[in-house]
Amino acid sequence: MVDFHKHLDAAEDAQRDIVIRAIDVKRHYHGSGGVVTKALDGVTLDVFRGEYLSIMGPSGSGKSTLFNMIGGIDSPTEGMVFIDEIDVAQLDSYELAWLRCHKIGYIFQSYNILPVLTAMENVTLPMIFAGNSPTEAREKGMAILETVGLGERAFHRPFELSGGQQQRVAVGRAIANDPVIILADEPTANLDVHTGAEIIELLEKLREERGITIISATHDMKMLDVSSRILWIRDGMVQRLEERKNLNIQIGGLEG
Amino acid sequence: MARNTDIPEQTRVSWPIVFRVSISGLQRRFGRAMITLTGVVLAIAFLCYMLVHEAFIRAMILADLDSLNILLQQNDIDIFSGGQMDPMTYLLIGLTLLTCLVGIINAMLMAVTERIKEIGTLKCLGATDQFIVRAYFVESTVQGVCGAAFGLLLGLLVAVLVTVRTYGGYTFRTFPLPAVLVSLVVSLLAGALLSITAAIIPAYMAARKQPIEALRVEE
Repeated sequence: MVDFHKHLDAAEDAQRDIVIRAIDVKRHYHGSGGVVTKALDGVTLDVFRGEYLSIMGPSGSGKSTLFNMIGGIDSPTEGMVFIDEIDVAQLDSYELAWLRCHKIGYIFQSYNILPVLTAMENVTLPMIFAGNSPTEAREKGMAILETVGLGERAFHRPFELSGGQQQRVAVGRAIANDPVIILADEPTANLDVHTGAEIIELLEKLREERGITIISATHDMKMLDVSSRILWIRDGMVQRLEERKNLNIQIGGLEG
Repeated sequence: MARNTDIPEQTRVSWPIVFRVSISGLQRRFGRAMITLTGVVLAIAFLCYMLVHEAFIRAMILADLDSLNILLQQNDIDIFSGGQMDPMTYLLIGLTLLTCLVGIINAMLMAVTERIKEIGTLKCLGATDQFIVRAYFVESTVQGVCGAAFGLLLGLLVAVLVTVRTYGGYTFRTFPLPAVLVSLVVSLLAGALLSITAAIIPAYMAARKQPIEALRVEE
């Protein structure tokens, strides 16, 4: 019976659109004295369009390295990574900048929004990089800020915003150029439970409404709960990859 | 499978945004920027002082007034050499400017190191290497030109004060306006050149930083 389900899943998978394909990806670091650290040791992974994939793993597991690979910010020693059918290894630095600008939205644990720019300027910065005119960018920026619930605070500077609001600016910035993928690195780690939950809801909403694929590294049980699939990485290899529905996640009663 | 041909040609980098990013960098590190600025101010003030002072002396020698000639000789000026600066003075000016250059390079390198995370973030958002190079160039140049402008005024002021103290009213009677203007322009150009030269290495170092740096959590 279990086998039967697995076959069903596999059949479903085959029909789905693949947005990221990692094939036998290895990343080795050469340390001093000829020591080779294998941060990733042969990972093969398909990420489907519009899914919510959570990556888990202890520190040093290669989780961050994998994350950087599929985000186009690090290149593999061996193996191939395709992002929206583009072979990352073949891109030069300018093409990589284009890829990051148009295809991927990044959300960081510590927000990383520019402290001297207003919320609006932070959100429109990627659009300017994409070559949009300031007027276009401003109109689109306003719409995005309303989507993330900061319409009223468009012209506030980061220091006038709470952590949660700053992370909302970061989410707005991530979706500025209508990316295919959002990469979120522990987006809720610096936030309290309630604010974190709001960010998760926001990401989930963007996934549903815009079909953006969301990949996040997280330990947050709430995030795992809304995930489509969860990937466990250990010692640079895939330890386990499971559909959310096959897991029994229970969330603590913090919200009552 | 590769659709790399879809990627368009280099988009233009918008200068106003470059300016915002670099000026903001200066604002946030105002204290440090001021120290670097002081280095430029002093170096350019020195250069400007030397040039303007020389222009004054030369004008007074050319005026060839008896009482002024006595005054000049009393101040150990060889009026037959035409008030030319000797090679040692040029060497001194050169060394001052060089020291200043090294100072700016050092300050800019520190600014780059401090902002690795910000550079990484910008790159994650799609900033090209060219954008980063421009941002740091503008930052260094603004710093250098401001410093040069202040240095100019300081140097001019000191030169006038020193000359007036020694030669009194003769300073203005023989005031060599064209020569002073040339000195000012030379000083400003020297300051601009200095800061632009100083920006080359730090700007390229900044551009070489990888976006991966942005994801590194540092406390």
